Amino acid sequence: MDNVILSQRLREAFPQALTSMSEFRGELQVVLPREHLVAVAQFLRDTPELRYVYLENLCGVDYLGREPRFEVVYHLLSLSNRHRVCLKVGVPEADPTVPTLTVLWPTANWQEREAYDMFGIIFRNHPSLERILMPEDWEGHPQRKDVPLGYEEVAFTFNQDAIYAQKHFVRE
Amino acid sequence: MGIEQKAGDLGMFTTTLETAVNWGRTRAMWPLLFGLACCAIEMMGAQASNYDLSRFGMELNRPSPRQADLMIVAGRVSRKMAPVVRRLYDQMSDPKWVIAMGDCASCGGVYNNYAIVQGVDEIIPVDVYVAGCPPRPEALIDGIMMLHEKVSQEKLIEPGKREPIHVKSNNLIQVALPNKKA
Repeated sequence: MDNVILSQRLREAFPQALTSMSEFRGELQVVLPREHLVAVAQFLRDTPELRYVYLENLCGVDYLGREPRFEVVYHLLSLSNRHRVCLKVGVPEADPTVPTLTVLWPTANWQEREAYDMFGIIFRNHPSLERILMPEDWEGHPQRKDVPLGYEEVAFTFNQDAIYAQKHFVRE
Repeated sequence: MGIEQKAGDLGMFTTTLETAVNWGRTRAMWPLLFGLACCAIEMMGAQASNYDLSRFGMELNRPSPRQADLMIVAGRVSRKMAPVVRRLYDQMSDPKWVIAMGDCASCGGVYNNYAIVQGVDEIIPVDVYVAGCPPRPEALIDGIMMLHEKVSQEKLIEPGKREPIHVKSNNLIQVALPNKKA
Protein backbone atom coordinates (compact mmCIF):
# COMPACT_ATOMS: atom_id res chain seq x y z
CA MET A 1 0.00 0.00 0.00
CA ASP A 2 1.34 3.42 -0.87
CA ASN A 3 -0.05 6.88 -1.36
CA VAL A 4 -0.60 6.46 -5.09
CA ILE A 5 -2.76 3.38 -4.77
CA LEU A 6 -4.63 4.85 -1.80
CA SER A 7 -5.43 8.11 -3.57
CA GLN A 8 -6.55 6.12 -6.60
CA ARG A 9 -8.90 4.00 -4.49
CA LEU A 10 -10.30 7.10 -2.81
CA ARG A 11 -10.90 8.85 -6.13
CA GLU A 12 -12.66 5.79 -7.51
CA ALA A 13 -14.89 5.42 -4.49
CA PHE A 14 -15.60 9.14 -3.95
CA PRO A 15 -15.25 10.93 -7.28
CA GLN A 16 -17.10 14.05 -6.10
CA ALA A 17 -16.63 14.12 -2.35
CA LEU A 18 -12.97 14.94 -1.77
CA THR A 19 -11.83 18.56 -1.85
CA SER A 20 -8.13 17.98 -2.35
CA MET A 21 -5.37 15.47 -1.83
CA SER A 22 -1.74 16.30 -1.23
CA GLU A 23 1.38 14.70 0.11
CA PHE A 24 3.42 16.08 2.99
CA ARG A 25 6.55 14.29 4.17
CA GLY A 26 5.42 11.04 2.63
CA GLU A 27 1.96 11.15 4.18
CA LEU A 28 -1.22 11.49 2.16
CA GLN A 29 -3.46 14.31 3.38
CA VAL A 30 -7.06 14.22 2.31
CA VAL A 31 -9.16 17.36 2.76
CA LEU A 32 -12.85 16.68 2.60
CA PRO A 33 -16.14 18.34 3.58
CA ARG A 34 -17.70 17.17 6.81
CA GLU A 35 -20.77 15.70 5.09
CA HIS A 36 -18.68 12.90 3.66
CA LEU A 37 -16.43 12.31 6.68
CA VAL A 38 -18.20 9.27 8.10
CA ALA A 39 -18.58 7.61 4.68
CA VAL A 40 -14.90 8.10 3.82
CA ALA A 41 -13.76 6.93 7.25
CA GLN A 42 -15.95 3.86 7.06
CA PHE A 43 -14.62 3.12 3.57
CA LEU A 44 -11.04 3.37 4.82
CA ARG A 45 -11.75 1.18 7.81
CA ASP A 46 -13.86 -1.55 6.23
CA THR A 47 -12.41 -2.04 2.75
CA PRO A 48 -10.48 -5.35 2.99
CA GLU A 49 -7.60 -4.04 0.92
CA LEU A 50 -7.13 -0.88 3.03
CA ARG A 51 -8.19 -1.69 6.60
CA TYR A 52 -7.27 1.56 8.36
CA VAL A 53 -8.52 0.04 11.59
CA TYR A 54 -6.76 2.29 14.10
CA LEU A 55 -7.61 5.92 14.77
CA GLU A 56 -4.23 7.15 15.96
CA ASN A 57 -5.04 10.75 16.61
CA LEU A 58 -7.91 13.18 16.50
CA CYS A 59 -7.39 16.83 17.23
CA GLY A 60 -8.75 20.28 16.54
CA VAL A 61 -6.81 23.17 15.04
CA ASP A 62 -7.63 26.87 15.13
CA TYR A 63 -6.56 28.83 12.04
CA LEU A 64 -7.68 32.25 13.23
CA GLY A 65 -8.35 34.56 10.28
CA ARG A 66 -8.80 31.76 7.80
CA GLU A 67 -12.11 30.50 6.45
CA PRO A 68 -13.12 27.93 7.61
CA ARG A 69 -11.56 28.88 10.92
CA PHE A 70 -11.32 25.46 12.56
CA GLU A 71 -10.13 22.14 11.32
CA VAL A 72 -10.39 18.63 12.72
CA VAL A 73 -7.49 16.35 11.84
CA TYR A 74 -7.71 12.56 11.89
CA HIS A 75 -4.72 10.24 11.60
CA LEU A 76 -5.54 6.69 10.62
CA LEU A 77 -3.18 3.73 10.68
CA SER A 78 -3.51 0.49 8.75
CA LEU A 79 -1.83 -2.15 10.89
CA SER A 80 -1.86 -4.77 8.14
CA ASN A 81 -0.42 -2.43 5.51
CA ARG A 82 1.82 -0.40 7.81
CA HIS A 83 0.52 2.78 6.24
CA ARG A 84 -0.92 6.03 7.53
CA VAL A 85 -3.35 8.53 6.14
CA CYS A 86 -4.47 11.93 7.36
CA LEU A 87 -7.99 13.29 6.98
CA LYS A 88 -8.74 16.99 7.41
CA VAL A 89 -12.17 18.48 7.81
CA GLY A 90 -12.75 22.22 7.77
CA VAL A 91 -15.18 23.60 10.33
CA PRO A 92 -16.63 27.13 9.98
CA GLU A 93 -16.89 29.28 13.11
CA ALA A 94 -20.58 30.07 12.58
CA ASP A 95 -21.57 26.41 12.69
CA PRO A 96 -18.78 24.45 14.42
CA THR A 97 -20.24 20.96 14.07
CA VAL A 98 -18.71 17.75 12.80
CA PRO A 99 -20.28 14.28 12.76
CA THR A 100 -18.83 12.05 15.45
CA LEU A 101 -16.63 9.07 14.67
CA THR A 102 -17.39 7.22 17.91
CA VAL A 103 -19.59 4.86 15.90
CA LEU A 104 -16.51 3.67 14.02
CA TRP A 105 -13.78 4.00 16.66
CA PRO A 106 -14.65 4.06 20.38
CA THR A 107 -11.33 5.82 21.02
CA ALA A 108 -12.75 8.87 19.28
CA ASN A 109 -14.96 9.43 22.31
CA TRP A 110 -12.43 11.09 24.62
CA GLN A 111 -10.45 12.71 21.83
CA GLU A 112 -13.56 14.39 20.51
CA ARG A 113 -14.37 15.53 24.04
CA GLU A 114 -10.91 17.08 24.22
CA ALA A 115 -11.39 18.86 20.90
CA TYR A 116 -14.73 20.12 22.15
CA ASP A 117 -13.25 21.23 25.46
CA MET A 118 -10.30 23.06 23.92
CA PHE A 119 -11.81 24.46 20.71
CA GLY A 120 -15.58 24.34 21.09
CA ILE A 121 -16.05 22.07 18.11
CA ILE A 122 -19.34 20.24 18.51
CA PHE A 123 -19.41 16.60 17.47
CA ARG A 124 -22.92 15.67 16.42
CA ASN A 125 -24.38 12.45 17.91
CA HIS A 126 -21.52 12.09 20.38
CA PRO A 127 -22.72 9.92 23.32
CA SER A 128 -21.60 12.37 26.04
CA LEU A 129 -20.06 15.56 24.78
CA GLU A 130 -18.78 17.09 28.04
CA ARG A 131 -15.60 18.81 29.08
CA ILE A 132 -12.81 16.35 29.74
CA LEU A 133 -9.85 18.45 30.93
CA MET A 134 -11.18 21.78 32.16
CA PRO A 135 -13.53 22.14 35.15
CA GLU A 136 -17.21 21.86 34.33
CA ASP A 137 -17.93 25.51 35.10
CA TRP A 138 -15.12 26.88 32.95
CA GLU A 139 -16.29 29.46 30.45
CA GLY A 140 -14.91 29.51 26.92
CA HIS A 141 -12.51 27.23 25.13
CA PRO A 142 -8.90 27.86 26.16
CA GLN A 143 -6.96 26.64 23.11
CA ARG A 144 -8.70 29.06 20.76
CA LYS A 145 -6.26 31.58 19.38
CA ASP A 146 -8.30 34.57 20.57
CA VAL A 147 -7.99 33.52 24.24
CA PRO A 148 -5.28 35.56 26.03
CA LEU A 149 -1.98 33.71 26.37
CA GLY A 150 -1.05 34.73 29.90
CA TYR A 151 -3.44 34.46 32.79
CA GLU A 152 -2.35 37.28 35.07
CA GLU A 153 0.24 40.02 35.01
CA VAL A 154 3.64 38.92 36.22
CA ALA A 155 4.61 40.56 39.51
CA PHE A 156 8.03 42.19 39.78
CA THR A 157 9.31 44.38 42.59
CA PHE A 158 8.22 47.58 40.82
CA ASN A 159 4.60 46.51 40.29
CA GLN A 160 3.93 43.80 42.84
CA ASP A 161 2.18 46.07 45.32
CA ALA A 162 -0.46 47.06 42.79
CA ILE A 163 -0.97 43.46 41.67
CA TYR A 164 -1.10 41.98 45.18
CA ALA A 165 -3.59 44.63 46.23
CA GLN A 166 -6.06 43.25 43.72
CA LYS A 167 -5.23 39.59 44.10
CA HIS A 168 -7.39 37.43 46.30
CA PHE A 169 -5.39 35.71 49.02
CA VAL A 170 -6.91 33.26 51.45
CA ARG A 171 -6.35 33.95 55.13
CA GLU A 172 -7.37 31.81 58.08
CA MET B 1 21.33 6.36 78.62
CA GLY B 2 18.94 9.22 78.40
CA ILE B 3 18.28 12.71 79.45
CA GLU B 4 20.05 12.24 82.81
CA GLN B 5 23.43 12.00 81.13
CA LYS B 6 22.87 15.13 79.10
CA ALA B 7 21.08 17.29 81.61
CA GLY B 8 22.54 15.88 84.77
CA ASP B 9 20.50 14.55 87.66
CA LEU B 10 17.85 17.24 87.65
CA GLY B 11 15.07 15.12 88.99
CA MET B 12 12.59 17.66 87.71
CA PHE B 13 12.69 20.78 85.62
CA THR B 14 10.10 23.35 84.82
CA THR B 15 9.14 25.07 81.64
CA THR B 16 6.16 26.87 80.19
CA LEU B 17 3.27 25.00 78.72
CA GLU B 18 3.77 26.82 75.44
CA THR B 19 7.33 25.61 75.15
CA ALA B 20 6.34 22.04 75.87
CA VAL B 21 3.41 22.08 73.46
CA ASN B 22 5.36 23.74 70.67
CA TRP B 23 8.25 21.36 71.26
CA GLY B 24 5.84 18.48 70.74
CA ARG B 25 4.36 20.03 67.66
CA THR B 26 7.66 20.64 65.94
CA ARG B 27 9.35 17.35 66.83
CA ALA B 28 6.69 15.14 65.25
CA MET B 29 5.18 17.18 62.46
CA TRP B 30 3.78 14.65 60.06
CA PRO B 31 3.33 15.75 56.47
CA LEU B 32 0.42 14.72 54.31
CA LEU B 33 1.37 12.11 51.73
CA PHE B 34 0.74 13.70 48.40
CA GLY B 35 2.69 15.26 45.58
CA LEU B 36 1.39 17.05 42.55
CA ALA B 37 4.34 17.32 40.16
CA CYS B 38 8.12 17.24 39.87
CA CYS B 39 8.64 18.97 43.25
CA ALA B 40 7.29 15.79 44.80
CA ILE B 41 10.42 13.99 43.58
CA GLU B 42 12.59 16.43 45.52
CA MET B 43 10.29 16.03 48.51
CA MET B 44 10.80 12.26 48.31
CA GLY B 45 14.54 12.90 48.03
CA ALA B 46 14.38 15.00 51.18
CA GLN B 47 12.66 12.16 52.99
CA ALA B 48 14.93 9.41 51.72
CA SER B 49 18.14 8.33 53.41
CA ASN B 50 20.45 10.91 51.81
CA TYR B 51 18.76 13.95 53.36
CA ASP B 52 16.80 12.02 55.96
CA LEU B 53 13.91 14.12 57.18
CA SER B 54 13.41 11.59 59.96
CA ARG B 55 16.14 13.49 61.82
CA PHE B 56 13.40 16.02 62.50
CA GLY B 57 10.69 13.49 63.22
CA MET B 58 9.09 14.05 59.85
CA GLU B 59 9.69 10.81 58.01
CA LEU B 60 6.14 9.64 58.58
CA ASN B 61 3.91 10.78 55.75
CA ARG B 62 0.31 10.26 56.64
CA PRO B 63 -1.92 9.03 53.83
CA SER B 64 -4.95 10.33 55.70
CA PRO B 65 -5.37 14.10 56.09
CA ARG B 66 -6.99 13.52 59.48
CA GLN B 67 -3.61 12.38 60.88
CA ALA B 68 -1.45 14.97 59.18
CA ASP B 69 -0.17 18.27 60.61
CA LEU B 70 1.61 19.70 57.61
CA MET B 71 0.62 19.99 53.99
CA ILE B 72 3.55 20.32 51.58
CA VAL B 73 2.04 21.48 48.30
CA ALA B 74 4.74 20.02 46.03
CA GLY B 75 3.94 21.05 42.49
CA ARG B 76 1.60 23.06 40.34
CA VAL B 77 -2.08 22.98 41.28
CA SER B 78 -4.37 22.82 38.29
CA ARG B 79 -7.75 24.50 38.47
CA LYS B 80 -9.42 21.14 38.43
CA MET B 81 -7.25 19.96 41.32
CA ALA B 82 -7.82 23.11 43.41
CA PRO B 83 -11.10 21.98 45.06
CA VAL B 84 -9.47 18.67 45.97
CA VAL B 85 -6.49 20.38 47.62
CA ARG B 86 -8.83 22.67 49.53
CA ARG B 87 -10.88 19.69 50.65
CA LEU B 88 -7.77 17.88 51.90
CA TYR B 89 -6.79 21.01 53.81
CA ASP B 90 -10.24 21.24 55.36
CA GLN B 91 -10.08 17.61 56.42
CA MET B 92 -6.82 18.11 58.32
CA SER B 93 -7.32 18.65 62.01
CA ASP B 94 -6.05 21.77 63.75
CA PRO B 95 -3.33 22.85 64.27
CA LYS B 96 -2.20 22.60 60.67
CA TRP B 97 0.42 24.27 58.54
CA VAL B 98 1.07 24.63 54.83
CA ILE B 99 4.34 24.86 52.90
CA ALA B 100 4.13 26.02 49.29
CA MET B 101 7.05 24.14 47.78
CA GLY B 102 8.49 25.51 44.57
CA ASP B 103 7.67 28.37 42.27
CA CYS B 104 4.51 26.82 40.84
CA ALA B 105 2.83 26.35 44.19
CA SER B 106 4.04 29.77 45.36
CA CYS B 107 2.96 31.91 42.41
CA GLY B 108 2.16 29.78 39.37
CA GLY B 109 5.78 29.69 38.25
CA VAL B 110 6.26 29.33 34.52
CA TYR B 111 2.65 28.27 34.11
CA ASN B 112 1.08 31.69 33.72
CA ASN B 113 -1.96 30.29 31.96
CA TYR B 114 -5.59 29.29 32.21
CA ALA B 115 -5.01 25.82 33.61
CA ILE B 116 -2.95 26.48 36.75
CA VAL B 117 -3.86 28.20 40.01
CA GLN B 118 -1.60 31.27 40.23
CA GLY B 119 -0.23 30.48 43.66
CA VAL B 120 -1.77 28.04 46.07
CA ASP B 121 -2.37 30.94 48.48
CA GLU B 122 -5.48 31.67 46.41
CA ILE B 123 -7.12 28.59 47.90
CA ILE B 124 -5.36 27.76 51.19
CA PRO B 125 -3.38 29.93 53.65
CA VAL B 126 0.38 29.35 53.30
CA ASP B 127 2.91 29.56 56.13
CA VAL B 128 6.21 29.14 54.29
CA TYR B 129 7.04 29.69 50.63
CA VAL B 130 10.07 27.81 49.31
CA ALA B 131 11.55 29.19 46.08
CA GLY B 132 13.15 27.04 43.41
CA CYS B 133 12.15 25.11 40.34
CA PRO B 134 12.24 22.59 41.86
CA PRO B 135 13.87 23.48 45.20
CA ARG B 136 16.65 21.20 46.25
CA PRO B 137 16.00 19.05 49.31
CA GLU B 138 18.19 21.44 51.33
CA ALA B 139 15.85 24.28 50.44
CA LEU B 140 12.82 22.28 51.49
CA ILE B 141 14.50 21.31 54.75
CA ASP B 142 15.40 24.97 55.29
CA GLY B 143 11.77 25.89 54.79
CA ILE B 144 10.70 23.22 57.23
CA MET B 145 13.23 24.48 59.79
CA MET B 146 11.81 27.98 59.39
CA LEU B 147 8.34 26.62 59.89
CA HIS B 148 9.50 24.84 63.05
CA GLU B 149 10.99 28.08 64.30
CA LYS B 150 7.73 29.83 63.58
CA VAL B 151 5.68 27.16 65.30
CA SER B 152 7.91 27.24 68.35
CA GLN B 153 7.05 30.93 68.79
CA GLU B 154 3.30 30.44 68.54
CA LYS B 155 1.17 31.46 71.49
CA LEU B 156 -1.48 29.17 72.85
CA ILE B 157 -3.68 32.10 73.83
CA GLU B 158 -4.46 34.51 71.02
CA PRO B 159 -2.77 32.69 68.16
CA GLY B 160 -2.93 35.94 66.22
CA LYS B 161 -2.37 36.51 62.55
CA ARG B 162 0.03 34.17 60.84
CA GLU B 163 2.44 35.90 58.53
CA PRO B 164 4.00 33.87 55.73
CA ILE B 165 7.77 33.36 55.43
CA HIS B 166 9.58 33.46 52.10
CA VAL B 167 12.63 31.21 51.66
CA LYS B 168 14.87 32.61 48.95
CA SER B 169 16.98 30.15 47.07
CA ASN B 170 20.03 32.40 46.59
CA ASN B 171 20.53 32.66 50.36
CA LEU B 172 20.67 28.94 50.45
CA ILE B 173 23.22 28.53 47.72
CA GLN B 174 25.70 30.51 49.82
CA VAL B 175 25.09 28.20 52.70
CA ALA B 176 25.28 25.05 50.60
CA LEU B 177 28.53 25.91 48.79
CA PRO B 178 31.67 24.45 50.35
CA ASN B 179 34.26 26.88 51.62
CA LYS B 180 36.94 26.98 48.93
CA LYS B 181 39.67 28.51 51.06
CA ALA B 182 39.43 25.92 53.75
